[in-house]
Amino acid sequence: MKAWVLSSWTRWPALKRAAILLPPLAFAGSLSAASMAGDISAARQGELLYVLEQDCGSCHGLTLKGGLGPALLPDLLKDRNAEELAETILDGVPGTPMPPWRPLMKPHEAVWLAKILKKGDMVK
Amino acid sequence: MKMWAHLAVFMVVISPVQADSLRGTGDMGIVVERATGSLLVVENTTRTELARIEGLGDLSHASLVYSRDARFAFIFGRDGGLTKVDLLTAKIVGRTMQSGNSIGGAISQDGTLVAVSNYEPGGVKIFNSQTLELVADIPTGSKTVGLVDVPGNRFVFSLYDTGEIWVADMSNPKAPKITKFEDIGLLPYDALVTGDGRYYIAGLFGEDGMALLDMWNLDKGVRRILDNYGRGEEKLPVYKMPHLEGWAIADGKAFVPAVGRHEVLVVDTSTWQEVGRIKAHGQPVFVMAQPDGRQVWVNFAYPLNDTIQVIDTQNLKIIKTMTPGKGVLHMEFTPRGEDVWMSVRDKDVIKVFDTATFEQKSELPAKKPSGIFFTWRAGRIGL
Repeated sequence: MKAWVLSSWTRWPALKRAAILLPPLAFAGSLSAASMAGDISAARQGELLYVLEQDCGSCHGLTLKGGLGPALLPDLLKDRNAEELAETILDGVPGTPMPPWRPLMKPHEAVWLAKILKKGDMVK
Repeated sequence: MKMWAHLAVFMVVISPVQADSLRGTGDMGIVVERATGSLLVVENTTRTELARIEGLGDLSHASLVYSRDARFAFIFGRDGGLTKVDLLTAKIVGRTMQSGNSIGGAISQDGTLVAVSNYEPGGVKIFNSQTLELVADIPTGSKTVGLVDVPGNRFVFSLYDTGEIWVADMSNPKAPKITKFEDIGLLPYDALVTGDGRYYIAGLFGEDGMALLDMWNLDKGVRRILDNYGRGEEKLPVYKMPHLEGWAIADGKAFVPAVGRHEVLVVDTSTWQEVGRIKAHGQPVFVMAQPDGRQVWVNFAYPLNDTIQVIDTQNLKIIKTMTPGKGVLHMEFTPRGEDVWMSVRDKDVIKVFDTATFEQKSELPAKKPSGIFFTWRAGRIGL
C-alpha cells in the first residue's frame, strides 16, 4: 500500500510537466493519452481526432455507439490493449468493411487513437 | 374617411404577410447537419436558408423521405430516432426513438406507412405516417440495409449479415406478408430500386457483383449481375462505403460505384451486362445522374473526398474534375437539374453549381452538412 502511494506520488511531477508542455486539448481526462503524444504535433492531433469523429464515425457512429461497424465504447474495448487495437486500425479486418488505415497514419498515431477510444474521451 | 385611412394602413401592413404565409413546398428541401443534430430548411429557387430545426439527436448517416404532399419530412437518425418535421412551420411535429441504431427508411406507395431499417436490433419497423404509431415490427436477426418502397405498398430490404433480400407486402398493414430470397451474396451493404420500381439491386461488399431482383417476376428469383467485376485483383481499401440510393440511370445505362476499385461501372439496363468501366479519381461514394440523364456526377471516399467528377453519359468520358473542398459528402439536383447543390463538410458550406457551365452560383453556410434532400423526391418511387 505504502509502495503504491509512493510511486504514484513520485510520478506526478513528470506527468504534470508533460501536460503543461502539451497544447491544450479539447477533451478532458486524457492525461495518459496526451502524455504519449509527445511526437504528434498539435495540428496532427487535431487532424486525427477529426478523422476519428467524422470518418471512423461514418461506420462506427459519430458518438461511437456503432453503425455498420461495431460500437467503440470503452466497456467493449477493455479486453484488448491499445497496441492490439492499433493493429486492427492499421491492418483492418479482412472480410469486413474495416479498411487498413496504415497508408494514412503512423503506428504510434494509431496507438494514440486507441488510447483515446479506450478512455472514452470521444464519447458524447 | 378616417376609418378608410386606418383600413388602408392596416391592409398595407398585413397583406404581404398574408401573401407570404401561403406558399408551395416544391422548391424547398432539407440539409442534414450531421454533427449538431440539426436540419436546415432551404429554398432552391433563391438558393437560401429559410430556417434551422434543432434537436434531432445523432444525425451521422441520416436520411429522410417526404410525405406525398411534400410538406412533411421523416428523418431517420443514426441513434434510432424517427422524427417528423413540418417544412412550412420549420417545427418538429413528431418524434419516436424506435430502435438503438438505424440506417434509413422509406415511405409506402400510398403514403400511409413509413418504414425504418435498423442495425440494432436488426429489422424493419413500420409506422403510421400520420401519428408515428407502430404498425408492424419485422425482426430479421441481421443488420438491415437498402430499404426501399416499391409499387403494391411493398417494402424491399436486404440483410447484411445473412445475405438475404426480403419483400414485405403491406397491403394489409396489420399482417405483413414476407417473401424471402436467400443466398443472394456476401454482405449486401446497400441497395436501390429503379425509378419504375421494377428492379431492386443490392450491392455486395463481400464479393464482386450485385444481386438483382425483378419485382415483376419474383418467381425467377435473384440474379447475379456484374459478377466478378474485380477479376480477382486485390481490392483497394474502402474508407467510406458507397451508397446506392442515388441510382444513376441515363441513356439506357446504369452507372454504379465499384467497391474497392477506383471505377464507375456501366451496365446496360436491358441486358444487365457490363458495357463499360470508367477510371475515376477515387473510391466512388455517390454516382448520381442529372434529371435529364445527360451527365453523371460522382463524389469520392476519404481521403480523396475533396473532388467531384462529371461523366458524359454518351461517350462515358470524364469531362470535368472539380475540387469544391474537403469532405464533399452529398449532392442534390434542383427539380429539373439546372443546379447541383453540394455539401462540403469540412468547410461548413453548401456550394451550388450550374450543371451546364460548372460555375459556382452560390454558397450557403451550414454546420458539417451531409445529406441534401429536395422535395421533388416526394413523388418518386424508391426515394
